[in-house]
Parts: sequence; structure tokens; C-alpha cells
Amino acid sequence: MPELLERHDIDEIELVPEESLVPPAPPEGLDTALYEHDERAARADLRRQIAAMELALARLFGSAFPRQGIEFGVAGLGGPRLLSVDELEQVRDALAARVHDVSRRLHDATYVEEKNRELIEEMAADPAAYKWVRVNNADIGEPGCKHWHSTPRWGPFGMLLGWWRVKISSGCPLAKGPRPPNP
Amino acid sequence: MVELPDQWEVAPEPGWVEPSLAEEFPGLSIVSTVLETTPGRSPEALRERLRTLSDRIGGAQAIQLRQQPIPWAYRVFFRHIGLDPDTTRTPIEELIFERIHDGRFKSRGRVDDALTIGMVEVGVALRAFDADQVQGRVGLRLSAPGEGFEGRVSPLPDGTIVVADEERPLGILFDRTAEGRGVRRGTKRVLVVAIGVRGVPDIALEEALWVAGSALRA
Repeated sequence: MPELLERHDIDEIELVPEESLVPPAPPEGLDTALYEHDERAARADLRRQIAAMELALARLFGSAFPRQGIEFGVAGLGGPRLLSVDELEQVRDALAARVHDVSRRLHDATYVEEKNRELIEEMAADPAAYKWVRVNNADIGEPGCKHWHSTPRWGPFGMLLGWWRVKISSGCPLAKGPRPPNP
Repeated sequence: MVELPDQWEVAPEPGWVEPSLAEEFPGLSIVSTVLETTPGRSPEALRERLRTLSDRIGGAQAIQLRQQPIPWAYRVFFRHIGLDPDTTRTPIEELIFERIHDGRFKSRGRVDDALTIGMVEVGVALRAFDADQVQGRVGLRLSAPGEGFEGRVSPLPDGTIVVADEERPLGILFDRTAEGRGVRRGTKRVLVVAIGVRGVPDIALEEALWVAGSALRA
């Protein structure tokens, strides 16, 4: 064995680190065929999810009217351009968060409105138990200016005698101001 | 069946879409037609049509708009290309917003009024260019690195989606028109372009062009 080690006619073999056995890049043509295909499929999938969430948000928008103060906005990323997978994920996540937030707010609002509807029924059944209580259309999630108001009949006289009733307003005040210009 | 005179025929010509865009956005399309008309004040018949249209659109339609298939398709596409449709409104939503805000569709001239009627009736996004300033067929593509845009000092951001002819960008998609390419005083032929996205049937694009074309000839 020592005589084999001392032989000078055999070329020295240079050892290479193991990781360098992995080529730095796939052979030409193969990278785009595999890598790009997967990304495109991912982008297409994310776009489908965004479309579904946009529809969900649009339906919530329709359901939310005429309630005020609900935010529906989802920030854009600057375009028009092709978005990367990461950016599409950002849009998808922002939409999902917004849909969740709006759903929760609507759920809370409908609970309060349902309670207010019950209150109107109770007021109508026993006005004296709800003296001066007033419920507006906005409190029950309806458009318009109508309101239910528990007031005494015949003013102070009715108040002394306990003649209470629920008065329903006749609607919005008439429009005022100058006429719009002729088209 | 009533036969229309030749001048009523609107022959939609399909435009081109860059392959990389077409692969990413199946259904993205552009259709155009050239109409011989002159810009200027709308005739009474066209303004009357605009008033009738104003009467048909109210708050209820505005609230439900984004749930309708075609306006929803444009909203989705806006999300896909990085735009927020509540900030940069889709063309149909912009018109409906203005109708609710102003109380009516304001007359802005013959060409704009015709496009308004076409867009509100069908829901499709329409744009107009000066046909004599357009070289060859129109299409949709991504801007090249450092590519200029008439009327803009800095070059377009790389990869911006533009409406272009065979030589240069005519406008940013759903945004500005390049300087000198839009309809202006002296325009004799108007190129009306309909932009379709996934979910918008081809026949809707043709119908929108036809409606706008018929309104232009009112």
C-alpha cells in the first residue's frame, strides 16, 4: 500500500464538494417548462379565488344598503400590470379579510336591528312602558325617514292621564331649494 | 326583418392580444370599428336619448350593479391587474356614479355621449381614438422597458398593459389616452374600441359597438 501512495505517475484527483454536484440551474429549456408552468397555474388559481371573493363582497355590498359606515375598500397594488403570485396572494388575503370583516359587521348590525324591531312591537303593545322612546328606520336597517315615537296623546294632559301612544312619522321632509338647471 | 342601410353596418374588427397576456388572461379581447363622424355638440336626438337613459338608471341599479355579470367581470379583472375598482372605477361604474352624483348623464359631446349610451346599455368598456392617428390594427400588450408614452415625461413602468396600434401605445388600459391619439376637434374618423375580459361574451362587445355606432349617427 505505501508503494501505491508513493507512485508519482498517477494524476492527483481533485475532490469537489458534494453540493457542487447539483447543477446551478436546470438544463436549458427545462427550467421554463417546469417552473413557469407551475407559477401560471398558481396565478390562475389565485385569480379564481379573487373572483369568488369579489362576488361575495359584491353580494355583501348589496345586502348592506342602506347601512352606513361599513368599509368595502381593498387597496390596489398599482396597475394595470401582471401581478406576481405574491401580489395576487396579497389581493386575495386582503379581500378575504374584508369579506370577513363586512360579514361580521353585518351580522352585528342585523342582530341590533332585530332587537329594535322587537322593541317597536313592544312599544306598540304597551306605549306607556316606553315613554318618549323613538326608533328610526335606520335603526332597523331600512331606507327612509320614518320613525316610531312613543308620545302622550293631547300633550301634557295625556301625559298626566297616562294616555300614551306610538306615533309613526309620515316620512321624509319635502325637498327644498332651487330647481335643478334645465339639461 | 328590417333591412338597415349600409351606413348602419358596424363591422367589428378583432384586435390582437400579446400571447403572454392572452395566456395569463383567457378571455381578454379587443374589438374595434371605424365610424365616420365629427366630434362636437350632440344633436338633440342624442341628448334626448341620454335623458331617457338617465331616467332609467337610479340608486337601486347602482347598488346592484356590481352583482351583474358584466360589471362584476370588469371588477374582477381590475383586481387581477392590480387596480382597486373602488378607487379607479370601472368604466360602467364611473358613469353610473356620475349619474347618481349629478342627477343625470351630462352631455359631453357627440362621441362621448354615444360611448356613454353604449356602455350603460350593455355594460362593456368602450374607448375612442382618432382613427387617422392609428397605424394598423389595435391590440393589447405589455409596455417594453423604458417605452415612452406621448404626453408623459417619464417612460411607462415596465409591464404596463396598454392599448396599442402596430407602432406605439395609444392609451394605458382603463386609463389615460396618449396625447394626440384621442378624439379632438378636426377628427373625421373615430375608432371605437371595445375591451372584453373573461365573463364578457363576444356578442356583448359587438352589441356595445353597434349601440354606440347607432347613437353616433343619431
